[in-house]
Amino acid sequence: MKFSIVVYGAPYSSEGCLSALKFAESVITNGHEIVRVFFYQDGVYTANVLIAPPQDEIDISQAWGQFGIDHDIELIACIASCLRRGILDETEASRYEKRSDNLRAGFTISGLGQLIDASLNADRVVTFGA
Amino acid sequence: MKLLFIQSAAPHGSISAQEGLDALLMGSAFSECSVLFTNEGVLQLIQNQAPDELGTKNFSLTFGALRDYGVSQIFCRQSSMQRYGLNASDCVIDVEVVNDDVIRQLLNEHDKVHNF
Repeated sequence: MKFSIVVYGAPYSSEGCLSALKFAESVITNGHEIVRVFFYQDGVYTANVLIAPPQDEIDISQAWGQFGIDHDIELIACIASCLRRGILDETEASRYEKRSDNLRAGFTISGLGQLIDASLNADRVVTFGA
Repeated sequence: MKLLFIQSAAPHGSISAQEGLDALLMGSAFSECSVLFTNEGVLQLIQNQAPDELGTKNFSLTFGALRDYGVSQIFCRQSSMQRYGLNASDCVIDVEVVNDDVIRQLLNEHDKVHNF
């Protein structure tokens, strides 16, 4: 079965962000396919490479990025949500003349059309709320 | 493929309603979309909102464009409207007020649901 996963919750603030990762891992473990993971609203904070949690806690951002790279799964962070919340790749940081970018490797910033496309091309859309 | 967008957040307490509307507008460009306002989400439709003093955007005006985007099925949950003392005539756009049986049908007849 083809799944698309949507994440609205920020890491640490919302359990949904971590539950979504556990769900995504299970989807792969059970032999299903992930069309795309779309991070929207506060979910885009997951893509912040500057997150530095205490050493005895999971680095949720790092875990998501690594999951995307290991399984070659698209992790898309909505551009409108990202810009509002200060999640920038090199291109956007330069466009808005910000002093640094902070998008974690494994994530891509793209438009809301990717959410709709993910929805249309999956058998199931599973949303993890804030 | 039919998409149902459910708007259940109050308009200005969070950005959920506004970003949900953005997703709905994007969805309407690619597919047949309907929208259901429920719970605090019905408050998004109240006329004459003036959120300027809050510093938030009066996106309720954008609802007027929904039909131009091809979103013709706009529903409000009856019990939520009653809870907040609202009638269809209080809304910025024409809405169809529906009970929970109809909502059950809506959930069945749409292929995907996006909750905001």
